[in-house]
Amino acid sequence: MNTLLAQSINLFAVVLLVLAFAMIAQRRILTLIHLFTLQGAALAVATLIVGYLTGQHHLYFSAALTFVLKVILIPILLHRVIQRLNVRWDVETLFNIPTTMLIGIVLVIFAFNLAAPIAGLSTSIARGTLGIALACVLLSFLMMIVRAKAVPQVIGFLSMENGLFFAATAATSGMPMIVELGIAFDVLVGILILGVFMFQIREQFDSLDIRHLEKLKED
Amino acid sequence: MDPLLLVLAFPLLGGVLLALWGDRERAGDLNAAMSLLTLAASVWLTAIVVRDGPLTVWGEWFFVDPLNVFLVTLTAFVGFTTSLFSRPYMRIERDHGKMTPGRMRLFHSMYQLFNGMMLVALTTNNLGILWVAMEAATLTTVLLVSVYRTPASLEAAWKYFILCGVGIAQALFGTILLYLAAERAIGGGDGALLWTHLAQSKHLLDPEILSLAFVFLLLGYGTKVGLVPVHNWLPDAHAEGPTPISAVLSGLLLNVALYAVLRCKVLADGALANGLPGRMMIGFGLVTVVVAAFFLLRQRDVKRMFAYSSIEHMGLMTFAFGLGGPIANFAGLLHMTVHALVKSAIFFAVGHAAQKAGSQAMEDIRGLLKVSPTVGWGLMLGSLAILGMPPFGVFASEFLILTTAMREAPWATPFLLVALGVAFAAIFGRVQPMVFGETSLRPLAHPPALLPVFVHLGLALMLGLYIPPYLDGWYRQAALMIGG
Repeated sequence: MNTLLAQSINLFAVVLLVLAFAMIAQRRILTLIHLFTLQGAALAVATLIVGYLTGQHHLYFSAALTFVLKVILIPILLHRVIQRLNVRWDVETLFNIPTTMLIGIVLVIFAFNLAAPIAGLSTSIARGTLGIALACVLLSFLMMIVRAKAVPQVIGFLSMENGLFFAATAATSGMPMIVELGIAFDVLVGILILGVFMFQIREQFDSLDIRHLEKLKED
Repeated sequence: MDPLLLVLAFPLLGGVLLALWGDRERAGDLNAAMSLLTLAASVWLTAIVVRDGPLTVWGEWFFVDPLNVFLVTLTAFVGFTTSLFSRPYMRIERDHGKMTPGRMRLFHSMYQLFNGMMLVALTTNNLGILWVAMEAATLTTVLLVSVYRTPASLEAAWKYFILCGVGIAQALFGTILLYLAAERAIGGGDGALLWTHLAQSKHLLDPEILSLAFVFLLLGYGTKVGLVPVHNWLPDAHAEGPTPISAVLSGLLLNVALYAVLRCKVLADGALANGLPGRMMIGFGLVTVVVAAFFLLRQRDVKRMFAYSSIEHMGLMTFAFGLGGPIANFAGLLHMTVHALVKSAIFFAVGHAAQKAGSQAMEDIRGLLKVSPTVGWGLMLGSLAILGMPPFGVFASEFLILTTAMREAPWATPFLLVALGVAFAAIFGRVQPMVFGETSLRPLAHPPALLPVFVHLGLALMLGLYIPPYLDGWYRQAALMIGG
């Protein structure tokens, strides 16, 4: 039973990675939010399993925190924002999805190479997944670079936070509780501010295209 | 009563009160009063540390040692003088129709919270909380950068949020790796991220993990320090936000971020013993100084120009701490102090000058001396001070950095000298016509508060001529602590 569970951690880690790739290629904003919600759920379950297997009970709390924040609160907020901004059915034109995917694969290989020596030093049960966590972070980073609209960029930002949370669970037995609470609080406040912000951008430019936000350059 | 509790409680209380009353006529006074109380509490705290030595409080969650105590006092002091400056400044902005009551509440409340978060970041013993407080300090200022709701300010705030968010996410990954190393060396749990514990057993930390962790931490916190190539948010945020915010961003937030880097460097140095962290900081610092100096030449906006000057000086400090050793560290700490004082003074003067001209473009600001001699002299003396003219304190610290560089890293000195020369030509050449010459500027509706400018410049002058023995002692202790 326990070996099966231990292997299922790897399974959920792979789900996280696949979802990160899916987000890069997803054109619809609504589907993007669904993917993000799924990623949060996978993260919460993975954390729960690690907590159960290692007997680290604070990981249960961490999993609950992830669930409340990433599966309930933030998706609700995002749904409200896109509803009120009327971008619910927006489809973004993406160029060069195959190229972006190839860059993504290179990033994954790079992340695995970077993480391999470190993971060997970790005593955590999920240490093999540190590479995946780092890959998720880098893929979200890539998504933020290639997207030109505000909402997908924000989702990329949040997905990067998911990758970092997973890294904390994978490499260590979870960060100290107080730190995790602080990070969660920052993420929540951050998303609220971004919500306000998107309305300000929209009011000013009549669009959420961040290409409007490229005026401040050196001459 | 614990003075540290007061230091942290006053700004948070002020944030709540001003969220309610921040739009009243006397809100500026309340803002200044809360900042004064914070300053008083931090002076008390300093007195206790001077008397009894370093202290850890509340189950080691917070601590005060020679390295952070002077930064706490400096932060509280510049926080107070900036609140004095912002009273008339924000009143004028309101009269110009740029600030609505809601925006005034936001400004005052977030100003206090921003100060509070920086003080938490400085005094916390837990490297995880340090990260949380740094991120919170960013969050409090994002909406302030975009407070005027102009296209440019929205762009600046968006960049600030996203770039600093990405940067600080890297710092979080670094912190996670640090925790991994700590778990192996001293066991997990709440104590594993406490800096005092880590510093005691820094030789046990795994060198391989620590070298990777430091790369992430340096890049991550370096984004907030304004190190090239991750400095892009800084000139925009400084130029588009209200001037009091530019002053505290430049004078204080960058210092706090550099402080975070220093705390991590001590641990990495202990674990690695090969000087890699120092060499990385030398590299980043030197590139930052040179690139920023050449960007200075191309600026037209006065606040942007001084923002680049901040980047240049942060690079110089990073370089100094990278060199390490008692003298360079001493110079770095002194430079942190004088740069905070002088740069905020310059922003005070520049803020009022831009209000008079109704524009931040340097070609619109002419002949300040004729309209208001105090603003003109403030800007002129401030610029001379920041350019490292004797007898101001910047000269002393830059001289120490340069002489140490000649001994420790002679190859770097030509780059530094060229960069400093270019910066001098760029800033001095532009400030001169702004101060002297004919003018068409209007006087202001409210008398500007320029006392802070001259108090800051006076202190910078004093530090150039004479460093009081207790301050000297602190710097020495702190310099030894950073080691390197």
